[in-house]
Amino acid sequence: MELLRFTTAGSVDDGKSTLIGRLLYDSKSIFEDQMDAVKRSSERKGLQQVDLSLLTDGLKAEREQGITIDVAYRYFATPKRKFIIADTPGHIQYTRNMVTGASTANLALILVDARNGVVEQTCRHSYIASLLQIPHLIVCINKMDLVDYSEQAFNAIVEDYTEFASKLDVNDIRFIPISALLGDNVVNRSGKMDWYQGAALLNTLETIHIGSDENHIDPRFPIQTVIRPHSDEYHDYRGYAGRINGGVFRPGDKVTVLPSGLTSTIQSIDTFAGPLQEAFPPMSVSMTLSDDIDISRGDMIVRENNQPEVSQDIDCMMCWLNPRGLQPGAKYALRHTTREVRAVIKEIYYKININTLQRLTEDKEIQMNDIFKVRLRTTQPIMFDSYRKNRHTGSLILIDEVSNETVAAGMIV
Amino acid sequence: MHKYYLDHLQELEAEAIYVIREVAAQFDRPAILFSGGKDSILVTHLAKRAFWPAKIPMPLIHVDTGHNFPEALEFRDRLVEELGVQLIVGSVQESIDNGMVKEETGLNASRNTLQIVTLLDTLEKNKIDCAIGGARRDEEKARAKERFFSHRDEFGQWDPKNQRPELWNIFNGRKSLGEHFRVFPISNWTEMDVWNYILREHIEIPSLYFAHERQVVNRLDTWLPVSEYLELREGEEIVTKKIRFRTLGDITITGGIESDADTLEKIVVEVAASRQTERGNRGDDKRSDTAMEDRKKQGYF
Repeated sequence: MELLRFTTAGSVDDGKSTLIGRLLYDSKSIFEDQMDAVKRSSERKGLQQVDLSLLTDGLKAEREQGITIDVAYRYFATPKRKFIIADTPGHIQYTRNMVTGASTANLALILVDARNGVVEQTCRHSYIASLLQIPHLIVCINKMDLVDYSEQAFNAIVEDYTEFASKLDVNDIRFIPISALLGDNVVNRSGKMDWYQGAALLNTLETIHIGSDENHIDPRFPIQTVIRPHSDEYHDYRGYAGRINGGVFRPGDKVTVLPSGLTSTIQSIDTFAGPLQEAFPPMSVSMTLSDDIDISRGDMIVRENNQPEVSQDIDCMMCWLNPRGLQPGAKYALRHTTREVRAVIKEIYYKININTLQRLTEDKEIQMNDIFKVRLRTTQPIMFDSYRKNRHTGSLILIDEVSNETVAAGMIV
Repeated sequence: MHKYYLDHLQELEAEAIYVIREVAAQFDRPAILFSGGKDSILVTHLAKRAFWPAKIPMPLIHVDTGHNFPEALEFRDRLVEELGVQLIVGSVQESIDNGMVKEETGLNASRNTLQIVTLLDTLEKNKIDCAIGGARRDEEKARAKERFFSHRDEFGQWDPKNQRPELWNIFNGRKSLGEHFRVFPISNWTEMDVWNYILREHIEIPSLYFAHERQVVNRLDTWLPVSEYLELREGEEIVTKKIRFRTLGDITITGGIESDADTLEKIVVEVAASRQTERGNRGDDKRSDTAMEDRKKQGYF
């Protein structure tokens, strides 16, 4: 069974919680005791029918203050796939939360209210999905029951969205007319929209091809830690442990270790279950090399004839995540793969108005939720690819050295 | 099926191993919280895989409430011996004896909440800067918002409103003196995933998980095991039933379910067909709707 991670985005009232509740309920992922609790809450609130959105009800701290705290993760499975939903709230800190949820997603569900069509928030969410390079987008046009299941209404929104999306960097966009409240085209195909020939949402989630979402071309292996057993049986064993970030590695491959540039050959690729003939993302393995060379955490093993960029000057798109804005000239800790260096922000090229996608070159004051393009200068070189080519070796975070908080997410251009 | 493919259990395993290795690399004195339940057994097993052929480079910590299933203790000692790791035991009885905590009294009294103090004390005494736990996000709504790397302040508290954003697989374990982290490598596993993995990888678990004959009493819709700590209430009657436990906590609060599942295969089938959450039989969660959230904020894991 394959694993699909998706994120959901929608504005406040377009039925996102109901849709998630519906997916969980109709795929029979809800237990009786959870359902009983939701039924009781619905009754207390004097509702006529069970409010499925309560299935995603949050913490006491949230209910008390009427807010939603960032990302909640939810799980369901069908006989075909296991799903992890990164459920992000639609309001206030939307950008920060959606960027977080989107960073690990294969797919984004974008909800549009059929009565309102493409609105500012739709554009914002879609832009973030494209910025984070989520490979697949499904636009769910919800509340079709409130527009009499009209094909015309659906087509008008598809047309609007397609025009807007031409400015984005997304290859796979699909549209599905649904009613999350009544269940049309969510798990089961609707009998009320014969004009729609496509699959229901769940079926689409189960069958969409995600096998090419990882980079299998450019071999990248950042070292997490070195395994040295010091036992009689494995006296001289020196395993470089980490997770494959790209490409395919095989024993016998000629490799280069960065940043030192030393070369060697892969002797074995080991796991607890036995040695491997091939290792590819997202496997966690341990590698031994035929030469005794000095390698430690933060180094990267690559193929001799396929190397990433190695530089101290890095251009990236960035999202600011912290209530305390960017301090010009300040130094931050930078984490990229397993490497930590220090970085200073050299230049802010522009800030994006994410409602209009305009570049603002005058206003460069960076606050939480802002998306902008910068040049960073690091104390040591890092080994990277563009985010477009590889989401693992193309992503980085900045950490405030005083508060230790994660303050920014960067996607290398 | 395309060639370069991991199934969901392999992918979850790779993710957990990555997280455990990050802990070893980012912290000075990490430890694994070991309760004897299947989730902490799984985490310990994944740690074994993460560092093989070396031994697990961190101790196991067991917070002993004194109200254990004897089977769980035997299992713990055997596993520790087999792995050749250090075991640190934090004793709730000791915390009670030196007056750090007061034993609960009255109906449904348990030592569950007291564990928090003993746990934090044990972490502090041993200068542990990161405790790996087996919590899963699908267990409970307060856990659905938990990070892989969860920051705790100098009082060991969790602040759900002030969590660090966690992007991609880049984990930020930086902290100030006196603070520590809780790390949850199996965050993304569901109960079903855990059982399927245990079945597929032949991981040994305590006999308590398998259906067996046991003396029990019916209380609060669950079968509580008879033990020296159980006081019969009016109208309660000891009966012998074929039961098994879906989770393992203190013997005083962990209820069993009637079951014939005496093999892993049968357990997987039973779990798949089950219409109740696994923690439904846990007295500690039944105290209030926000029992888990409240305990987590105080420093529970």
